[in-house]
Amino acid sequence: MFEIFQYDFMLNALLACLLASIAFGIIGTYVVVKRIVFISGGIAHSTYGGIGLGYLVGFSPLFGAIGFGILSALFIALLRKFKLHSEDMLIGIMWSLGMALGILFISFTPGYAPNLMSYLFGNILTISFEEIITISILDIIIFIIVIVFYEQFLAITFDEEFAETLGLPVGKLYTLLLVLIALTIVILIKLVGIILVIAMLTIPPSIAVRFSNKLSKMMFLSVMLGIFFTLIGLLISYYFNLVSGATIIVISIIFYLISLLFNKRKLKLNINIEENL
Amino acid sequence: MKTILELKNIYVFYYDNLILEDINLKVYENDFIGIIGPNGGGKTTLLKTILGILKPASGRIYLCEGLNKQNCFGYVPQTSNIDFLYPISVLDVVKTGRLNKNKIFKTYDKNDIDIAFDSLKKMDLLKYQNILFGNLSGGEKQRVLIARALTTNPKILLLDEPTSNVDSKVGYHFYELLSQLNKDITIIMVSHDIGAISQNVKKIACLNRKLVYHDSKEITKEMLEKVYHCPVDLIAHGIPHRVFPEHKEVE
Repeated sequence: MFEIFQYDFMLNALLACLLASIAFGIIGTYVVVKRIVFISGGIAHSTYGGIGLGYLVGFSPLFGAIGFGILSALFIALLRKFKLHSEDMLIGIMWSLGMALGILFISFTPGYAPNLMSYLFGNILTISFEEIITISILDIIIFIIVIVFYEQFLAITFDEEFAETLGLPVGKLYTLLLVLIALTIVILIKLVGIILVIAMLTIPPSIAVRFSNKLSKMMFLSVMLGIFFTLIGLLISYYFNLVSGATIIVISIIFYLISLLFNKRKLKLNINIEENL
Repeated sequence: MKTILELKNIYVFYYDNLILEDINLKVYENDFIGIIGPNGGGKTTLLKTILGILKPASGRIYLCEGLNKQNCFGYVPQTSNIDFLYPISVLDVVKTGRLNKNKIFKTYDKNDIDIAFDSLKKMDLLKYQNILFGNLSGGEKQRVLIARALTTNPKILLLDEPTSNVDSKVGYHFYELLSQLNKDITIIMVSHDIGAISQNVKKIACLNRKLVYHDSKEITKEMLEKVYHCPVDLIAHGIPHRVFPEHKEVE
């Protein structure tokens, strides 16, 4: 049973699951409570342009993805600033433009691009040690920023307008949050691929939210669920020779459906009232 | 009486639509103004313009000396704007009122927590402090949002449809709480529900793109007809909703 740990690539994959879960549990919590799933999807798909550019010009596709991710986060922040009527549509355009650019860049690249599918659908078994280092650095950046701005992010995701009346720099904080989402998406691309990123960002927090009375607790639960889902998915995909990314997503959704059977929040309410009266 | 807030010739557009036209309003210290008007009449827009969230196309807003936008207003939005699934306790909601731009790298200190508890007490919410905000009833949520606004130590409290999710029995206590607050704080409240404007309101204005305002407490038929652009029948609800001119009841 434990022979899989002899392989370096398997150890790398397990490590990547642990590290990525930290980022997407924390940031996914904001995506779910602020209901910016569509925006996150737009950022995710636009990173494909950066991956293609990386192939064409010859730098690491992961850095291309970071660049395009941050650019699209800034673009969305700009749309919000001017309160444009057509924000939704423009994000949709950005979404497809990123994909289209990626495909074009790659078609310009001479020769064959073998790892391309792995960016769309993820291939956790091909994660290199350098990529694990990159993921760790992104993890640390995300973790520090969230700790420093925890209360501020809470205020703007709970009630943006009230936060604005307090004089908080809502626009800047929101932009920072979008950039963090972009970084998290880049981490997830290797794990489950661009197309399935949204599932990993939203499923663990969607389960956690119904068992949490605090944002920090929701983050912690999401991280734990993320580790659990990715590890189970990874093992199942290894033993049954399945695609890892898709297996992780299906496992997560099965657990999401199971979690719907438990409605812990109502229960908690009754207990609290009795305690407090 | 001291003027605390004055709006002069305010025009606000949303894209190409004129939402507020030539709004003039003078608010004195310890006023309690109820602004009524139909849905889509610009009530929320007016509050957001006063708060500085929306910029007027023209016109000016004057605040009394020594006040600025950030230390003067306590905003109480509609509870329906807030996601009831958000995992946050009542105490944590109220605490967020203590954040400000000077505290961008800091978290809450002892003083902030004391002020938050003080506000909870004023709104009779201490026993709910650890309960999830989303699990409260409409009226309780409203009180939490008022408590949050109070932590900013406001001079003017701005309430947006405070009774839209509150039944009338609870509403009565709610207005008593507001009257208490009104001893120290100026209150401006908007509502589309004419009956919701209680006896505690000192002055009433009607808003439908234009503001009709008479420095008095009673709504006249002429005011309503100007605002709703059609003949209006006045039906009085009796105490505690005495807002219309008194007319004798037949036994």
